Amino acid sequence: MTQFNVYRIGPEIKIGEIDISFTNASLFMVISTITILLIFNFGAKKKSIIPTKLQLLGELSYSFISKMISDTAGSKAKPYFSFIFSLFMFVLFCNMLGMIPYTFTVTSHIIVTFVLAAFIFVGVTIIGFIKHGLGYLKLFVPSGVPMVLLPLIVVIEIISYLSRPISLSVRLFANMMAGHTMMKVFGSFVVSLGIVGGWLPLSFSVALTGLEILVAFLQAYVFAILTCIYLNDALNLHH
Amino acid sequence: MFKKIIFETLAVYFLLINFIQAAESGGMPQLDPEFWFSQIFWLVITFGILYLVLSKLILPKISDNLETRKSQVLDNLELAEKQRSDSEAKLKEFDNIILKSKIDAKNLFNESRKKLLNDINNKRQKLEKEIDKELKIVEADIEELKKKSPDKINKIAVETSSDLINQLIGGNINNSSITAIVSDIASKNKNL
Repeated sequence: MTQFNVYRIGPEIKIGEIDISFTNASLFMVISTITILLIFNFGAKKKSIIPTKLQLLGELSYSFISKMISDTAGSKAKPYFSFIFSLFMFVLFCNMLGMIPYTFTVTSHIIVTFVLAAFIFVGVTIIGFIKHGLGYLKLFVPSGVPMVLLPLIVVIEIISYLSRPISLSVRLFANMMAGHTMMKVFGSFVVSLGIVGGWLPLSFSVALTGLEILVAFLQAYVFAILTCIYLNDALNLHH
Repeated sequence: MFKKIIFETLAVYFLLINFIQAAESGGMPQLDPEFWFSQIFWLVITFGILYLVLSKLILPKISDNLETRKSQVLDNLELAEKQRSDSEAKLKEFDNIILKSKIDAKNLFNESRKKLLNDINNKRQKLEKEIDKELKIVEADIEELKKKSPDKINKIAVETSSDLINQLIGGNINNSSITAIVSDIASKNKNL
């Protein structure tokens, strides 16, 4: 579990009673942000008709996410494109940077994913109430449900709505943490079994690395697409 | 989709309970609130900067790039289409010209043949007329000759016969009686 330890880098910074020191977690957030900005900045710099490799990367990501948004949330979600793009890239790069040995995985901390998810939850709820007023509450009353079942359904709907930020954050955090823990466990097996028996866990470890890279991408994708689905509920309100 | 999400959520809750139990026994750094505020603070700062720079500076550029590429490709396609239709029209025109010139050549050929035939006919008719004229003159001559010849022949016959008689008999015989005989014979011959 030491790989998940957060420790202070540099001096202790405090605002009042609140400790906001720069930590290894902060360092990897900064690294992710700078990496994303550098890649996409160079990708957007040249304006050639036949794109360079970085340009192609930027443009493919752009059209990938824009297609994802328009498929799940429709054309009304266009203004939120930048946010979802940043979200996807941030989660993706934090996950991927975590795959490099001796690095820190920002998204393996529940507080980080929970803040992101809670921000999305609050934002989507506010957007829903702005767009539909109190009519947004219809979200909890699905059409075509018998009157007898309605109270039960409404309660279930409200619970499922309120659990959105928790499920969203815990899904990402648990996936990242479980993956890294598993890698650590297999890695320690390799060491303890030595040169005779270590090959089997080593091969597992190699396979798991591939799987974890897939999971890192998939979780970023799921995080972004669920945000789109929640946004779709708030924007289009059909159940 | 939503059913799936609910099930997944339930599964995740079980995981979470396990994690909490593990944290209580082994101590999970994630659940230690010491650096929570620091993480939230830096998350807000980094993600805020990322969002601002991406949305204000980088994404519009990429979007512009994509738009210009799209429009340029469309323009090129349009141009190509136009040029293609142009060339097709040119080809058609060319075909028309060839067809027209073929027809022209045929017409010219026919016309000149007609003209030539006319000319030949005219010349032949003219020649035939001339020949006819000549023939008529000749025929007239022959007719005249024919008309004159019996008299002359009669005269010659009379002279010869008078000479003959003169030589044979040695006396002069009246020319008029010989003439009468000769003309009688001649008229008999004519009647044959």
